[in-house]
Amino acid sequence: MATPAPRPRIRLDKKEAKKGDLVEVKALVAHIMESGQRKDKDGNVIPRKIINKFTCEVNGKLVFAADLEPAVSANPYMQFKFRADESGKVVLTWTDDDGSKIVGEDTITVS
Amino acid sequence: MTMTVSRREAFALGAGVVTAMALGGAGPAWAKNDSDELIKAFTGGKAPVKGKVKLDLPDIAENGNTVPLAFTVESPMTDASHVTDVLVVADGNPRGGIATFHFSPRSGVAEAATRIRLAETQNVIAIAKMNDGSFYTDTRQVKVTIGGCGG
Repeated sequence: MATPAPRPRIRLDKKEAKKGDLVEVKALVAHIMESGQRKDKDGNVIPRKIINKFTCEVNGKLVFAADLEPAVSANPYMQFKFRADESGKVVLTWTDDDGSKIVGEDTITVS
Repeated sequence: MTMTVSRREAFALGAGVVTAMALGGAGPAWAKNDSDELIKAFTGGKAPVKGKVKLDLPDIAENGNTVPLAFTVESPMTDASHVTDVLVVADGNPRGGIATFHFSPRSGVAEAATRIRLAETQNVIAIAKMNDGSFYTDTRQVKVTIGGCGG
């Protein structure tokens, strides 16, 4: 792809948590989420191109995932929570229809 | 203001209602989409019980292109009792599926929020699957004012 991968915006409501606390994640990524339902001015269907999968892993353990359909808005926004069990890397992955992945990460410290 | 909104709507309603109209109404009228089949496939034919799920959507959405959606499912989210998946569908979009969310006890709580596209006034349905194989559901109707001018 000629266009560079967009940089996702990720925000955790806390960087340090006590074990068992809930950590809220807000994540936004720039993506057209082309539905495959639209037509261009010549009447040709514009091919579908969406983020079809979103995952959040903490230290490689899946805490939240979503399968997305074209009915999710452009620049998909995701807000969810996870239980703080251990300090480590929070890795968010968006998977495109074409197989490419957009990856963003943050860290959480659990005391 | 009026121009900007209506043009954006015409562009943005990727779901195709406006596009179909602009092309001379060649498209079929989507009285029904595949939402029922999606629900059936998700529940394996079981009828979900109303309750436990709380779906949060605006009553009226002026811009059907980004409608905020949030849900919570009542559950202790322990290894013994937790929500595994939540299916969200809409019965008036060209295609019924919106998203399927996956949870585990590590999620701590079964809630999420995102933004969705709604082509017209319709029902949004959320169905939660519990680890014991039971299903719970909630439905919200959203009025979508196409054109964004309160029509």
